[in-house]
Amino acid sequence: MGFKEFCFRKSLWVFHFGGASCNNCDIEIIDCLTPRHDLERFGILLVGSIRHADVLLVNGSINRRDKDRLLDLYNQAPKPLLVVAIGACGCTGGIFAEGNTFAGPVDKIIPVDAYIPGCPPKPEAIISGIVKLAGKKG
Amino acid sequence: MAVYLFYFLVFPGLIFMAAAGGLLSWFDRKITARVQFRKGPPLLQPFYDFFKLLLVKETILPAQGSGFVFLLAPLLAVFGAAMAGLFILLPLFNIETGFRGDVIVIFYLLTLPSFSYIIGSLASGNPLAAVGASREMKLIISYELTFLLVVAAVIMKSGQKFDLDSIIAAQQAGSPFIGSISGVLLFIAGVFCIQAKLGLVPFDMPEAEAELASGIYIEYSGPPYAMIRLAKYIMLFILPAFIVALLMNGMTNGTGILWLILKIVAIVLLVTLIRNTNPRLKIRQASSFFLLWMNLLVVIAIVLAAFGL
Repeated sequence: MGFKEFCFRKSLWVFHFGGASCNNCDIEIIDCLTPRHDLERFGILLVGSIRHADVLLVNGSINRRDKDRLLDLYNQAPKPLLVVAIGACGCTGGIFAEGNTFAGPVDKIIPVDAYIPGCPPKPEAIISGIVKLAGKKG
Repeated sequence: MAVYLFYFLVFPGLIFMAAAGGLLSWFDRKITARVQFRKGPPLLQPFYDFFKLLLVKETILPAQGSGFVFLLAPLLAVFGAAMAGLFILLPLFNIETGFRGDVIVIFYLLTLPSFSYIIGSLASGNPLAAVGASREMKLIISYELTFLLVVAAVIMKSGQKFDLDSIIAAQQAGSPFIGSISGVLLFIAGVFCIQAKLGLVPFDMPEAEAELASGIYIEYSGPPYAMIRLAKYIMLFILPAFIVALLMNGMTNGTGILWLILKIVAIVLLVTLIRNTNPRLKIRQASSFFLLWMNLLVVIAIVLAAFGL
């Protein structure tokens, strides 16, 4: 593992994109940043602008309106960018998979590096997924 | 000539200031984490962030707007911060005496990072960046007068000495300026000024992550953003050092270097605690805070100083 890769995996800045979510995954993602779980010990920060992001967290079912937004965000982000699909909706579509407005799970729209299933996934599962992702790139 | 280049680039210039500022930035984040009962980032986290942005990430130029100015502004910010830091640290470490009137030059150079953020964010053509830039302008207008008055009061207390070396020498011959009532008032005003200059809560409205999505920095990515982070690290080191030089006796001989480190860390701790116990102000509240209350405080300090208190 070179110096560049080492710095990259030690400092993953996260941008959170919530699709048409039921809000449970959003709450679990926020839980990861609270004192009990504290993602900052891995150097992970939640950033406000997609231009600063290294990881794009996507949760919720992606409907037809969200699809364009998600593509926009993906194209605006500086590469290398990791994409993480969180929750049953993000990974497969979950119970919305056959809905009329559903525009496909995340990996049909943009390439996904990690899937964290669950409805919603526990904060421990999200942390485990992100740590494994940081290890995989190394 | 070569020795000045060494001063500017290595010690006490760019590399030393970046390293010290990075460690102080870690200290700031660690204290923030401890205040919130979190564990906090590892020691070298600011350097990981910097090198990731510099080496790994891609630079994206805004489609509308001026790419040249957009890229030049972060370099200008680093230059201003490093140059100001050089003029502060050379007298502070007793390496060179500086020149007559360098306090004024330092004062102007310290505004250069804020100005270049404004230029860069306006060049990006992003509306949120424009809102952030206008807020930064109002903030500069608010705190610069207070900061100038603090510097003027210190010049008055030192007996009309316009260079940093003589100000430090005047304190070491007598007593530190913070030991008097007017000195305490100046210290309070000075700490709030550096809080605003560093763009930390409660004066982080140009950045305002929640409403403006990083405001003035919104369009920056990759190496230019790394330069902005570098300028912020340097500012986090040199502004407390400037306060130490103006009010807190500088560095004495012998064990002075330990005291100097302790003083700088103490000021950063104070700034961090203010940052963690306050909400973000509205721009109007910040303006009236500086233009009315802090100016009043400094004017009282000047009057007290005229009576020798």
